[in-house]
Amino acid sequence: MHRRDSGSGIVVDPAVRDELRDNIRPTPWRNPVPADRYGLVVVGAGAAGLAAAREAADSGVRVALVERDLLGGDRLNFGCEPSKALVRTARAYAQMRDARRYGAAAPQQVEVDFHAAMERVLQLRARLSRATSPRMLKEAGIDLFFGHAMFKAPDRLDLDGVRLRFDKAVIATGAEPDVPDIPGLRDVGYFNNETIFGIDALPRRMLVIGGGPLGCELAQVFRRFGSSVIIVQHMPLFLPHEERDAAQILSVAFARDGIEVRLNTEVTAVRRVDGEIRADLRSDDYVTSVAADALLVGTGRVPRVDDMGLDAAGVRHDAVHGIRVDEHLRTDNPAIYAAGDACTAHRFTHVAEATGRMAAANALRGEKHVLSDLVIPWCTYTDPEIAHVGLYVREAMRRGIAVSTSTIPLHVVDRAVLDGDDVGFIKLHVADGSDRILGATIVSRCAGELIGQVTQAMVNGIGVRGLARVIHPYPTESSAIGAAARAWCREHPVSPRNE
Amino acid sequence: MARSTSWRANELPPTLRVKVPKTIHNSAAAATVAHAAAIDADDVQSLPGVTDDAQLDAWQRAAFDYFPRNRNPANGLFFDTSRAGSPVSIAVVGFALSSYPVAVERGWIDRAEAIEHCAAALRFFRDSNQDGSDGATGYKGFYFHFLDRDAGTRVWRCELSMIDTALLVVGALAASRYFDADTPAEEELRQIADQLYRRVDWRWSQDGGSTIMQGWKPECGFLHYGWEGYSEAIVLYVLALGSPTHPIGDDCYRAWTSTYQWENLYGQDFLYAGPLFIHQFSHAWIDFRGIRDRFMRAKQCDYFENSRRAVHVQRAYACINPRGHAGYDEDCWGFSACEGPSDEVQGADAEPRHLFGYAARGVPYGPDDGTLSPPAVLASLPFEPELALAAIRTMCERHPGIVHEHAFTSGFNADLRDRSGRAWVSPGLFGLDQGIIVMMIENHRTGLPWKLMRGCRWIVEGLHRAGFDGGWLDTAARNGEQA
Repeated sequence: MHRRDSGSGIVVDPAVRDELRDNIRPTPWRNPVPADRYGLVVVGAGAAGLAAAREAADSGVRVALVERDLLGGDRLNFGCEPSKALVRTARAYAQMRDARRYGAAAPQQVEVDFHAAMERVLQLRARLSRATSPRMLKEAGIDLFFGHAMFKAPDRLDLDGVRLRFDKAVIATGAEPDVPDIPGLRDVGYFNNETIFGIDALPRRMLVIGGGPLGCELAQVFRRFGSSVIIVQHMPLFLPHEERDAAQILSVAFARDGIEVRLNTEVTAVRRVDGEIRADLRSDDYVTSVAADALLVGTGRVPRVDDMGLDAAGVRHDAVHGIRVDEHLRTDNPAIYAAGDACTAHRFTHVAEATGRMAAANALRGEKHVLSDLVIPWCTYTDPEIAHVGLYVREAMRRGIAVSTSTIPLHVVDRAVLDGDDVGFIKLHVADGSDRILGATIVSRCAGELIGQVTQAMVNGIGVRGLARVIHPYPTESSAIGAAARAWCREHPVSPRNE
Repeated sequence: MARSTSWRANELPPTLRVKVPKTIHNSAAAATVAHAAAIDADDVQSLPGVTDDAQLDAWQRAAFDYFPRNRNPANGLFFDTSRAGSPVSIAVVGFALSSYPVAVERGWIDRAEAIEHCAAALRFFRDSNQDGSDGATGYKGFYFHFLDRDAGTRVWRCELSMIDTALLVVGALAASRYFDADTPAEEELRQIADQLYRRVDWRWSQDGGSTIMQGWKPECGFLHYGWEGYSEAIVLYVLALGSPTHPIGDDCYRAWTSTYQWENLYGQDFLYAGPLFIHQFSHAWIDFRGIRDRFMRAKQCDYFENSRRAVHVQRAYACINPRGHAGYDEDCWGFSACEGPSDEVQGADAEPRHLFGYAARGVPYGPDDGTLSPPAVLASLPFEPELALAAIRTMCERHPGIVHEHAFTSGFNADLRDRSGRAWVSPGLFGLDQGIIVMMIENHRTGLPWKLMRGCRWIVEGLHRAGFDGGWLDTAARNGEQA
């Protein structure tokens, strides 16, 4: 028998909710008796902390993992996983409405079951949480503590009165939503990435503040569920760090979905009037007001570094950059390292995991892995997805590196055409005078999958000529990577002298 | 008085029927700019065996006729469009000032009348209110983008526009270069043009940043977005670098060009910009054949050759026609800033549409709503004459309605047709379109605008400061050409 979950209004199978609770924050819970001293104490059980703890446990080190709130961190609870679950459901609805484009009959009427979508999110979270459940961590040899950790000395922290001594520590406390300074925002109430997945009903009208990855993904999701969505971005384009063409394609995609796009626009004030939210917008000198039933703030996140006694541990930090670390992720305290969103500029789950492993390896085994050596891809999971790895052209030019780009629009890629997903491109950025791949940007429905191939080439020092030799199955979108590489090779033939 | 241009597409002389390859020509990167350095400065090719020069003459004259027909004799200003009540566009004034020399040279207008028209406009700007208020015409030597047709003051709360001011000022300099006689009228014209140029505070337009801002408003100051990527702004930067009074720093041009993207697209290596007008506007005045800045030297190309490649990219896209719009092919292209239908227009079928009205259409990332720009095709004439002529001829044959009052309309869209099967056509004429047609046909026929501006010391100085060298620029430097 299903019941309506208290607080969220979503109908869920009690067993699902119980499993999720048991896997992320079991109640009741009793912390283990701490060891006299740990080889490694990890603060924070998100992606970075879990990776660091596992790395330590795999090395045979006695390790304690401390979590203040929920196991799994943003990835499982507030970020990647719930949002991608919703993205998938939203895409299904979009495809139903757009069925004729695929040669299929469109349903007479597409009825959206928002509760079913949210229930699916919970089910998937419960399933995915098994890998990092307390039971699994215990089996891995990790002592799991729930509580509020406070450093008391360079080699010691207290956990609600329990003392944990360590040889080394990794701080992986993640990040939290940034709250923009908009008059009235706190009074009217708003959702952010930590609360939106608990929303109990589909809002009729949603105002999204912020055109970064979170804002863009969820604006499209809620529009596809049927909300009227206005997205407000203070910059001239969405995803301001991405290539202009990618952001332009996203703007067109939003228009296609029926999202009202307000670029170059700031929200100057919000208030509640007659039960609805009114937001004042300003674009240069034009001032307008829009109404909404829900407000989603997606203006980024800031490192979570306060209220844990970092000063007592001799760990330098600030509210903007988080914990200060060197190239090896070591803090000012040589026994303490940091990893993930708490210290890196690239706030992605995969970067958190990679830096978690790196921090543990450097701390415990004296290895010298360097943060800047990481080749970091990332992806925004809109439709189409926008993925990037390495340098942007403007970055390369600023560094004085001459660069040429080989571009394959997806409308010349057979598989993309066959799939009806031919809006996008693959761009390989190559250093002039060599075949070194500096970076790549991919806009495609499966950009997140494709970017891995370019990343693999970059990590292993494979140049464009090597990439051009790779045979891809036909028909696949990945063949476009080979096509881009071969196009570059055609324009840069190897001279006989150099062969 | 304009001569009648009663040409109809189906009466084209056989010499206009150009044979064009059915496949897209993928020029190798090696086939770059060797031609350019070898071109004598005065050796601009006509069209032997390709076209009837009289036909170009008719198109060009019809385009020029826009200006005397769409000006306010009371203040000398030129209207943005031919539509009733249209405001003035300062960029259109710049194109007008540049077009009168062509018209005089070709005997379409009396020299004295041309001087009178040009001087009237220049006098207006010289005497205009420059206090930057809502009721002003300009500020710091720049001007608001659109002006009231009668009062010449700001309308629509538009921005003080840096690029449009540049187009106005370069037009003034072009006129001053042509009207070089020692007469009081022509001396006055030259003096005002010089005064307007010297008055522009280009350095202020950086707002302390590394590049020139796009605009400024009295209500909110500088618009908070700048230029990124290749655009029509080279002429803006050249003017700003060449200024004897308020020049920008050398690093400003480098900062802007550091946002360029050199791409290989459809087999063409080129400096990417989607809309065609970007590859044309600065070229209306500046002869880029054989001269190169740092970026182009590194790429072994020049901006003229780059525009030629842009034509091929446009044709390639039209042949692929990924969005399945009506009529695109190798002789039907021209994605640029132009007017198309908007969503308010009822389509011929019930399919949902996304129509963008007046927009900068581009390839390959759009927007692409089925609208093409005939003027952009004609303005490609200097770069790829055979392809441009074949395309404009084909477009005229298929859509006779694009020729309006003997001149080319801004845009058409063959997806939308009336009951007689005629494509949607933009009503009226746009001054920018007519100006670029006059100038680019002339550059193709005689190179007059290029010749005029090659002798403009401010342009030469600006190009040098931007890092250009080679070709005619080296000759100009040796000869110490002065304007």
